[in-house]
Amino acid sequence: MTIRVQTQDFDVGTELASLRAGDARVGAVVSFVGTVRDMNESATISEMELEHYPGMTEKALEDIVAQAKARWELFNALVIHRVGPLKPLDQIVLVAVTSAHRGAAFAACEFIMDYLKTQAPFWKKEQTPQGARWVDARSTDDQALAKWGIVSGKNGSPS
Amino acid sequence: MHIQLRFFAGIREALGTSQEALTLPDHVQTVGDVRAYLRERGGAWSEALAEGRALRIAYNHQMTDAATRIGDGGEVAFFPPVTGG
Repeated sequence: MTIRVQTQDFDVGTELASLRAGDARVGAVVSFVGTVRDMNESATISEMELEHYPGMTEKALEDIVAQAKARWELFNALVIHRVGPLKPLDQIVLVAVTSAHRGAAFAACEFIMDYLKTQAPFWKKEQTPQGARWVDARSTDDQALAKWGIVSGKNGSPS
Repeated sequence: MHIQLRFFAGIREALGTSQEALTLPDHVQTVGDVRAYLRERGGAWSEALAEGRALRIAYNHQMTDAATRIGDGGEVAFFPPVTGG
């Protein structure tokens, strides 16, 4: 399992090659890349800043991947999340997993992203023509996590 | 008891500080108590940490709820619901 929080960009091809390097048990590699859009809630985004909680972020991501490994038979998993200033078209996050068959790999990759969206301590601040604003958490993210039988807020009280 | 406070994103900006070392009176024993204790400062503190406001709390780098008991040297963090990915 590899977890990286970094300001610099990543190369998906290089990362996927190294994730499955030398492991002939692997029959499926599934990855997800999240990128910066130039539009959000009907405002033009010129730039965004990603803040995180050093120390907790790495721990939260490790915990998320460990939970995925407990549910599915994975050989390897990788999460790279960028922080700092980003622009539209930039890559933000890469989640990739390897397993023997595609079912586990597809499910685990989606699970890790759904979990990350509501549990990993990252915050986006967007630069719009009306000024800077913090992105609001979406209730659809909680719903996405709920389909895995997890209630968001279980670990983070909304009180 | 001494603890470390951390604030992130919108909460950090509202309070104008990202961290603080704090000595607590004896009656402050849970993370919820810490939240209430800080609200007593009034102004931005009572607003940013108000009950009913969407807020997440971490204790020693783990998401937690108001009932969690704190210990000497612990780290309590307050922040808005997360928006990464």
